Amino acid sequence: MIARILTTGLIAGLVAGLAVAALQHFTTTPLILAAEVYEAAQHAHDGADAGAALSGLSRTATTSAATIAVSIGYALILLAAMLLSGDAIAPRRAALWGACAFAATGLATSLGLAPQLPGMAETELAARQIWWLATALSTGAGLFALLRLDSTAAKIAGVALIVAPHFFAPQPATPESTAPAELAARFAAASLAVQAISWALAGALAGLVWRLQSRQQESS
Amino acid sequence: MTAKSSANAAALPASRLEALKAAAVALTLGFGLVWLAGFAYPESVHDAAHDTRHALSFPCH
Repeated sequence: MIARILTTGLIAGLVAGLAVAALQHFTTTPLILAAEVYEAAQHAHDGADAGAALSGLSRTATTSAATIAVSIGYALILLAAMLLSGDAIAPRRAALWGACAFAATGLATSLGLAPQLPGMAETELAARQIWWLATALSTGAGLFALLRLDSTAAKIAGVALIVAPHFFAPQPATPESTAPAELAARFAAASLAVQAISWALAGALAGLVWRLQSRQQESS
Repeated sequence: MTAKSSANAAALPASRLEALKAAAVALTLGFGLVWLAGFAYPESVHDAAHDTRHALSFPCH
């Protein structure tokens, strides 16, 4: 069972990650690069050193590797969640789990922390990371309680888990972005779309690979 | 502890126990990978994953 879940996560995550990396290459990355031009111009004006640590092909390669790592992680998390809840693992159901995971890590978190371009105003990183993680986990648990548990108490607790993190949302930084607002708006929308696709694809492919493996086991 | 875990093992069918073990391994690995690519602090990891962190709306510097 352990070997099967790891193989499934690896294959599904690899394929989903490659597709998402290609999507990023044409959607979010050009916006990040454009924002860095504004950021670098501001830094040059201030006399500070700026510039990306990586560029060109090595930057595309490391970005793709990181996206594949995240996709494998997403696929493994979805598979584990379905196993823990006793769900049958199939493509359509797994894609729905992915959609709920996107609601937790993408929609809920973006309410307090909008997706950001480089050069946008920001507050301390650790506090934002902690709020992001807590909100994603709390929303995920809340959605599970709402959608999968029957008692009224569980549903009330589910709503509370979804709403509560937003009372503790980090204070936004004073706006001082170097990137134009149009660029930032396009990026926020593109980033959410890419994240939605990466969760749904990781889920659907994990369900598909899992099913193909069971067929293989049955026939052998 | 040993008595408790063997009592749990007896209460759960073997297939369910195996599924829980597999889920625990997958969950740990999955969170580890997302943590490494999306949250880890070392500068080399941050630089390599920078565009992915922004693109998938993880909080970044």
